[in-house]
Amino acid sequence: MKTQVIPVPQPDAGLGDRPRGGFGAAVRAEWTKFRSVRGWVIGMILAALLTIFVGVFAAANVNIGCGTSGGSQHSGKACLPYVPHGPGGEVVTDSFSFVRQPLTGNGVITARVTTLTGEHATLNAGPAQAGSGTMVPGLAAWAKAGIIIKQSTHQGSAYAAMMVTGSNGVRMQYNYTGDIAGLPGSVSAAHPRWLRLTRSGDTITGYDSADGTHWTQVGTVRLTGLPSTVQVGMFATSPNYTVTQSSFGGGSSVSGRAQATGVFDHVSLTGAPSGPWTGTTVGGRGPAGLRPGGGPGSAPYTRTGATFTMTGSGDIAPATPGPGSGLPTTTIEQSLVGAFLGLIAIVTVAAMFFSTEYRRGLIRTTLAATPRRGAVLAAKAVVIGAVAFVTGLVAAVVSIAVGVPKEENQGPVLLTAPVLTEARVIAGTAAMLALAAVFAVALGAILRRSAAAITIAVVIVVMPFLLSVLNVVPAGVGDWLLRLTPAAGLAIEQSIPRYSQVTTVTSPVQGYYPLSPYAGFAVLCLWTAAALALALVMLRRRDA
Amino acid sequence: MSAALQAQPATTLATAAARGAGLRYALHAEWTKLRTVSGPAWLLLGVVALTIAVSTAAVGATHCPQNLSCPVDTTKLSLTGVQFGQAVVAILAVLTISNEYSSGMIRTTLAAMPNRLAVLAAKTILLAALVLVAGAVAVAGAVLAGHLILPGHGFTAARGFHPVWLSYGPTLRAASGSVLYLGLIALMSLGVAVIVRDSAPSIGVVLALLYLFPIVLAFVGNAHWQHRLERWTPTVAGLTIQDTTGLRSLAISPWGGLGVLGIWAAAALAAGALALRLRDA
Repeated sequence: MKTQVIPVPQPDAGLGDRPRGGFGAAVRAEWTKFRSVRGWVIGMILAALLTIFVGVFAAANVNIGCGTSGGSQHSGKACLPYVPHGPGGEVVTDSFSFVRQPLTGNGVITARVTTLTGEHATLNAGPAQAGSGTMVPGLAAWAKAGIIIKQSTHQGSAYAAMMVTGSNGVRMQYNYTGDIAGLPGSVSAAHPRWLRLTRSGDTITGYDSADGTHWTQVGTVRLTGLPSTVQVGMFATSPNYTVTQSSFGGGSSVSGRAQATGVFDHVSLTGAPSGPWTGTTVGGRGPAGLRPGGGPGSAPYTRTGATFTMTGSGDIAPATPGPGSGLPTTTIEQSLVGAFLGLIAIVTVAAMFFSTEYRRGLIRTTLAATPRRGAVLAAKAVVIGAVAFVTGLVAAVVSIAVGVPKEENQGPVLLTAPVLTEARVIAGTAAMLALAAVFAVALGAILRRSAAAITIAVVIVVMPFLLSVLNVVPAGVGDWLLRLTPAAGLAIEQSIPRYSQVTTVTSPVQGYYPLSPYAGFAVLCLWTAAALALALVMLRRRDA
Repeated sequence: MSAALQAQPATTLATAAARGAGLRYALHAEWTKLRTVSGPAWLLLGVVALTIAVSTAAVGATHCPQNLSCPVDTTKLSLTGVQFGQAVVAILAVLTISNEYSSGMIRTTLAAMPNRLAVLAAKTILLAALVLVAGAVAVAGAVLAGHLILPGHGFTAARGFHPVWLSYGPTLRAASGSVLYLGLIALMSLGVAVIVRDSAPSIGVVLALLYLFPIVLAFVGNAHWQHRLERWTPTVAGLTIQDTTGLRSLAISPWGGLGVLGIWAAAALAAGALALRLRDA
């Protein structure tokens, strides 16, 4: 036995008698095989074209009717209010009731919040129209009331705020995306919350206290470019009241317009304030107005002695896909739906790339030329992965470039993403397709049958997504399918981060996956690695 | 010359007789092919096992808590497994013909039975019969799972849910329609495979036909296109046969939807028959 093994390493030491040896030669051989089969090349070109075609089609038809008004159906841009953008460039929601004074220079605002209550439209009666319908008590988790220092009353301007929330304790929030936790627990007359904001130049510091004497610093933020005169005061607002019916499908949630009422006292403002308190409804939405005496245009606050009672509706937060923001939204990854079709085409070619060799007996020639079976598998994976990546990259770039402008023309608010995120979405789509291709190559090597390999690769990626999207399985099951199966890799396409300070629902169609983009991608990587490992073991153990 | 002319009527008669016998022989031959390899039997078993397993998992994971109204079509939920089972049905249908091409067997088959349409007809009949039988077992198992499990999860008659059982008209229609649905998926897949011939691209095309349209539909917000996709795509329209609630809001009636799938299957088979006639094997 041993004497047979010894000669094997010798060629390495030989002077070039190992013909073009090594991994590079194996890769070149596999590349030659790939490019010389016309059907495979056509298959890859087709994958790119179909991806683009379906993606652009879906992007060009994202428009959602926004309901009726005055008897005629509205859709598209006709139904959009003004869409504010925050200091970071992201689309934001910025509507709240505001009692304010201008403050020039440095200063301190302090207030005590004694109650925070809420009402929302009944959830089973459908979306209630302003001024009609009934309101039932109920406080949204992120209903908020507190004090704020804001650049101006323009929507989307910079701010920092200390607030009590429906069920998330005291928070310090700033510039829409920033969120720092303060005192936990909900507010009540027995457990009031004292809030304080100090301005010193561009720096705003937030403090909270349970008794008005012992103060804790919650956070310090710099709002660059804050003008010397800012608007300071109290605010109240409430996003839609949302209930997720966790027993059913992926994004099955109901939400209704809601308003929050906060009661403030012990209000003090030091520094150089000017003028009396002024009530303003930022964003023009006002209280949800479903109560007699409410309604758009009504004063957002009442004052009895030193006690202010404010009611507001809306949110001060980044706009997110789904029911929270109350806007019809769309995301850039909407243009990448075609990747599913591309995936099927690429997986088909990839599975054949290995299994065809078994059918024609070419595998024996291949293994005679490259006896290291691991190298053959790796070479095939590298070639098909690279080809799929390039195909996917071209398809994704064109889909986004052509599709996203079409989405913008359709009406829903396009939630834009920073350039780097957009690059991650595009490169991630290509990488996801490349991994699926490698996965299919490994399956082809394990099963030796292209039909079975293709079916498993497609079904295991597409079906979990489909089941979750079509609300066939309960939300919890759908979430776990999107965490554990290779379909988790689709999360890499998610362009809008999940903000903890906004109620969101897991819904792949709206762009939210249960795992973060890179975690989901890692799951797909693990599946691919496991398939490759199994393929390697099988390839070594079995005769070709 | 004259001998040949005289012989002609006899030949015509012989072909006519052979045609009748041809289909019978073709059926016999195809049956022999099918039952002597293990693949089809395993795949049929796979259809049954996968359908029942997925359906059981789906109903097992769904609960209706006391305080919530549950907008669930219990029959459709019980038949969830059909959406997986159809993938296995598609493989079986594709392999029925593409295996002959990959092994070169098709040349032997056509040498023995030059009437290509008879070969295709025999394959179609046998495949449909096998899939209908397996589909009936699978769907019966799925309905049984729903019948046994759902009442324990809050979907009781007292709360307005019809028991998932064949004595309830809409459930009977959904169940029998699902069996026919699987049969039609098989025929459509067979038609595609006859055209494409190679098993791998056939599977790719068939899986795209099965699963792409529901995904695109989920992303398209445009009401007109939603309506068109719901009415005219094979699986979305075909699966309306499983709906038992909210029938008024459907884009197409249940039987109409199954009819649309029938049109897809007929078109694929007709195109396949034409391709088989016109091309060299």
